[in-house]
Amino acid sequence: MVRPTEGEAPRPIVGRTARLWVTAVLLGAVVTLSAQVPYDRILRASAEPQNWLTYNGTYDSQRYSGLKQITPSTLSRLELKWVVQNQVFGAWQSNPLVVDGMMYVTQRPNDVMAIDAKTGRLFWLYRHIPSPDAKVCCGANNRGVGMLGDILYLGTLDARLIAIDARSGKALWNVEVGDVKSGYSITLAPLIVKDKVIVGVGGGEFGIRGYVVAYDAKTGKEAWRFYTVPGPGEPGHDTWAGDSWKTGGASVWVTGSYDPALNLTYWGIGNPGPDWNPAQRMGDNLYSDSVIALDADTGTLRWHFQFTPNDGYDYDATQVPILADLDFKGTPTKAMLLANRNGFFYVLDRVTGRFLLGEPFVKVNWASGLDEKGRPIPTPQPPGSPTWPGNQGGTNWYPPAFSPRTGLFYFSAWEDYATIYRRETATYEPGKPFYGGGFTVLAPNPAAPTPSIGRKGPINTWTSEVGRGTVMAIDPSTGRSKWKFEQFDVTDGGMLVTASDVLLTGGREGYFFALDARTGALLWKINLGGQIVMAPITFQVDGKQYVSVIAGHTLMTFGLRD
Amino acid sequence: MTCVPDLKCSASCRYKDLMRSCSGLVLAFAVLVALGVASRAHAAQDHAYTSENIQAGAGIYAARCAGCHGPNGDTVAGVDFRRGVFKRAVTDDDLVKSITAGTAGAGMPSFNFPPAEMTKLISYLRAGFDAAGPPVRFGDKARGQALVEGKGRCLTCHRVNGRGLRTAPDLSDIGALRSPSTIQRSLLDPTAGMMPINRPVRLVLKNGQTLRGRRLNEDTFTIQLIDEEERLVSLSKTEIREIELGKSSPMPPATKTLSEDEIADVVAYLASLRGL
Repeated sequence: MVRPTEGEAPRPIVGRTARLWVTAVLLGAVVTLSAQVPYDRILRASAEPQNWLTYNGTYDSQRYSGLKQITPSTLSRLELKWVVQNQVFGAWQSNPLVVDGMMYVTQRPNDVMAIDAKTGRLFWLYRHIPSPDAKVCCGANNRGVGMLGDILYLGTLDARLIAIDARSGKALWNVEVGDVKSGYSITLAPLIVKDKVIVGVGGGEFGIRGYVVAYDAKTGKEAWRFYTVPGPGEPGHDTWAGDSWKTGGASVWVTGSYDPALNLTYWGIGNPGPDWNPAQRMGDNLYSDSVIALDADTGTLRWHFQFTPNDGYDYDATQVPILADLDFKGTPTKAMLLANRNGFFYVLDRVTGRFLLGEPFVKVNWASGLDEKGRPIPTPQPPGSPTWPGNQGGTNWYPPAFSPRTGLFYFSAWEDYATIYRRETATYEPGKPFYGGGFTVLAPNPAAPTPSIGRKGPINTWTSEVGRGTVMAIDPSTGRSKWKFEQFDVTDGGMLVTASDVLLTGGREGYFFALDARTGALLWKINLGGQIVMAPITFQVDGKQYVSVIAGHTLMTFGLRD
Repeated sequence: MTCVPDLKCSASCRYKDLMRSCSGLVLAFAVLVALGVASRAHAAQDHAYTSENIQAGAGIYAARCAGCHGPNGDTVAGVDFRRGVFKRAVTDDDLVKSITAGTAGAGMPSFNFPPAEMTKLISYLRAGFDAAGPPVRFGDKARGQALVEGKGRCLTCHRVNGRGLRTAPDLSDIGALRSPSTIQRSLLDPTAGMMPINRPVRLVLKNGQTLRGRRLNEDTFTIQLIDEEERLVSLSKTEIREIELGKSSPMPPATKTLSEDEIADVVAYLASLRGL
């Protein structure tokens, strides 16, 4: 059977009595023969919108789908088709892949499930039990798998990379990526480029020294490694005072983007360590809080842009860099769009890393603005005074989207949210927390509940007085918001936008909703009763469009009522 | 009058009566008591959690506990130290046992702190993570109960174990929900101590009806409250023309009716309320 490119394989009509068996056999045949995902397919993923082949749908990370059955006028016919209940507690941040009717999704801590995307029934479940030494700052998260050929790739909480046979669900190889005892971990979904699997390491709260590392997809042999904290003799090493580079953090916990024409992968880099005491690591602390452009074949650094030098606010730059070709102020531009945790929205030239635009999208008082090169003009607040945006940032890791139809950049922001930082000297011990202080969220009452990582329960006791969530649509040519959709609670909802100008997202309140991508008007909503801490995806099976979203402990798939 | 300026007081919540009972003495007494409390904040050595222990506990916490529980004590599900929310522990002894034994299933190791260290850590946990905060004064629990039910007139708005009204939060398990320091703060300065969710709310519906009550929950599209008649009401925001939140607490400071020692009694009683 030939791999489908336009749609799915036609499903034969079978007699009622034999339907189950024949359907099962034929479906099995379809799945088995068409599950191959050569690099070429990921490269041209936008040509087969019925599938979701890589973390953000396509290498440019736009999370824009060409599927058009779900429209503003058909949304009212959206109904629940199936659910998968997670048996493991904790925020579920995984992003499913969909390949020719098969869905591959991870659940805590390091399970992979192969699911019939039409019915929600499982073919197999692979379980990796991370070492008890595994440490993560912010929950046993895993954001999904990568796929190449017939193999799935899983990064684990104990910093291993595992290749899994996509048909049998059995491991093919399993390599150590980082030292688990020293606090290294992997939470991101691997990025597949050509014949390589590229991952980065988490552990920015444990004094690691971060890196992006590529492996041969067949053998698991390391192909290249780029340290996000330069060592002695390397450019940028002098941005770390003394030995502070050794424990500099700069973790990599969100999947990068890729420009095939430039052969560059782009990675948002995490905070320097210790998080809240910049005096302990004087200097700019490259490449923490930066976006870096690495050659996909060699890992050579082509350029970097640092958003927050000598960060004392935990402003990881681990946002998804969206690649878009724009007419920027009259010039056709290969741009990178990134709304940063530090409260500024940036447009960069992705060929050179040159700063083109930067505008605050929420209240910012840690910097008075950006200079002509995009470097912030710091205005650190006195001890005990609030800093905007607060520690979780103006936005964070949850994926944004960009629609080439509307020209707008969509993401979730936290407004009116500030924290008061406490700076202390951190002592490094391998595998132990390396915070350098702490913070409290600005609240009307010091004992009042405040938002943190993930929703704390079904009752919003913290209220909008300590922060509100907003879906924001920014026009990249001005950096200003075109429209906002305000929510009562803060949100970690990622974005999905379609060729029907439908923007799908959700938030901590458990609403899954659709907005008009041009105006922000609410088109449809449903209460799913659990926090949505990832972006929805869309796909098509048997000619029918579906949307999957994870809310709370449940993966739900919606489709149009017949 | 201490009710929210822009809201009418609930008919069933008789603050006016409360205020009459101590009018005349209120201001002078409140100032005196406030001064007294402030001066004791540094001198108190005879109370459950001393400033020294709280401060020392902060260091122990940062070194030994913050790795999993986070700098703000809220990164483990079901546990929020800053707000006195524990999974199972009710008393200080329970906390000592939990820390000493660990929770193998949840990945918490056992810790063998010497007793003095343990006291410091417990002090910090119980003081609501406020290392610089005032020490908590505990008085007599039984006297506190009598004050809550009698002179303090708390049950004219609050409810405890089935007695009293529901217009203000039911306090039957307040000792399990709030740290003693937070309880003390709420008594001394109710507006500063009011949790945002509990704000008095006035809703004008599109049909012209006005509703008053205490907010129980809210999201982007809906709001839930308990109204003046103690009814649970849920409304879609599309039905509402105007939402007005009161910023000050309808509760008068305890200093208006109770002495410093009596407040310490009430703190002891409320901190002991752990629900059923």
